[in-house]
Amino acid sequence: MEETLNITLKVWRQDGPDERGRFETYDAPNIGTDMSFLEMLDVVNENLNEDGNEPIAFESDCREGICGTCDLMIDGKAHGPEKGTATCQLHMRKYSDGDTIVIEPFRAASFPILKDLAVNRSALDAIVMAGGFISVNTGAAPDANLIPVPKEASDQAFDAAACIGCGACVAACPNSAAQLFTSAKIQHMNLLPQGQAERWKRTEAMVETMEMFFGSCTNHGECHDACPKEIPLDLIAWTNRDYIKSKNKNRKLAGQKG
Amino acid sequence: MTVIQRPQDKLRTPKPLKKPARFTPPWPLNLYQTAIGKKWVMGLTGLGLVGFVVAHMIGNLHLYEGQLEVAEYAHSLRTIGAGLVPETAVLWVLRLGLISMFGLHIHSAITLSAMNRAANSRYQAPRDFAAANFASRTTRITGIIIALFVVWHLADLTWGFTGGFMGWRGDGFNHGDPLWNVDNSMSNVVIAIWYMIATTAVAVHLFHGIRSAFISIGLSSPKFNPLIKPLAAGIAGLVLVGNLSFPIMVMTGALEADEPLDVHELIATEFKEAAE
Ligand code: SF4
Ligand code: FES
Repeated sequence: MEETLNITLKVWRQDGPDERGRFETYDAPNIGTDMSFLEMLDVVNENLNEDGNEPIAFESDCREGICGTCDLMIDGKAHGPEKGTATCQLHMRKYSDGDTIVIEPFRAASFPILKDLAVNRSALDAIVMAGGFISVNTGAAPDANLIPVPKEASDQAFDAAACIGCGACVAACPNSAAQLFTSAKIQHMNLLPQGQAERWKRTEAMVETMEMFFGSCTNHGECHDACPKEIPLDLIAWTNRDYIKSKNKNRKLAGQKG
Repeated sequence: MTVIQRPQDKLRTPKPLKKPARFTPPWPLNLYQTAIGKKWVMGLTGLGLVGFVVAHMIGNLHLYEGQLEVAEYAHSLRTIGAGLVPETAVLWVLRLGLISMFGLHIHSAITLSAMNRAANSRYQAPRDFAAANFASRTTRITGIIIALFVVWHLADLTWGFTGGFMGWRGDGFNHGDPLWNVDNSMSNVVIAIWYMIATTAVAVHLFHGIRSAFISIGLSSPKFNPLIKPLAAGIAGLVLVGNLSFPIMVMTGALEADEPLDVHELIATEFKEAAE
């Protein structure tokens, strides 16, 4: 027979963006150990609904760790205690009977709370829109392997491209810096031949958009620890290097314009 | 930088925390307007100051050679390049470099901290930190301790203002006689403990600072990374042990000066011969 747990939740409730929030305590009885964290919240919400109460607002989509929507600060840790997983991949077997779990939304000045545990992370989109793309003319698909890519570069670019844009790095950072996210989004292109044409424009634009919304990195490494994709900290260093170069290169390129 | 917004985003992207700069100085000064540029400045000046701290600690070891030898070392610092330029000229160039590194390091720290405060929104429940350690969480506090200490240290052992400080210090200040001054200053338990606290703060600051500087100036790679932490710990440990030894040795009586030196006399005679 499946084991069941009785859990107490302390959940941040906030009715709207400008309302005052508070913690509320809920009981979550008979939680199966095979449930995911989000399924547990679903059960709690069903109970709330049945009693005619407002369910807890939280975000989720894929529930398989690839979309980056499910953002919860669980017991003071972004995405909860399990390393290298998103909230949806956290399972209740991690907990034991009688545990109290505190759930807060991701917090940063540029992550305004919409309701309860749901926050607005559009500032991350603004960073990507500033330069997180390559411009290609569409047409027939090019032959595979037409452009040779060194193995190391492709490995590192893949590591960077694993970022699902969840924003846990910002939430975990004591300075609310978005350097890990921005660096991942810059470097997965800067490392590849296809990303070279816009490399310096991209780096400057994305970094400066990031600085408009987020804090500055003091190299604690909390982001890497919270990241469900374990994006390496090296990317931050490489972005720091590319940014300084970009300021010089873009200045020279601007000088060449007639 | 303008933020690109799709029409449907108008309501959604939050307001930027930072206003665009009104005036942009020419390259490379414009780098200092950006957070990453400031981090470069902080990292480079930090590494420069680490160099100074290590050199200072090694220089301090002359105290163990004896009263005359360390006075001679102090004199030779003041007269670097004496044959070519006026006395203390080179020293002042070095000092100005040091002062500007301190100034930039502190200024970038203050402005970046202000930026981080604006970007942050406090959690209501306690956080559970995993990677941030004691050293990294306290850099601002240790930094403030060090800044206060530097002023005290100059007043105490360079300018000698603390000579008769509330009667705490022994027999006054003798310019150019390090061992005498160190002995008189640190024989007071309170002052010795303050030196030990400050020395510890320097080591803790260095431990996070050195690691952090490498990332800030883009020196990080899978091959290089395993070396950075031991390097930071090694330098911090070396500075800690070296500098802690002075107040301890003074208090145990192993470092002692019985008589003040007549430094003017020595400069005219012995140091001159030694130089020739
Ligand atoms: S770097 Fe990691 S924590 Fe940050 S947004 Fe990407 S996946 Fe999430
Ligand atoms: S719901 Fe998609 S990553 Fe968790």
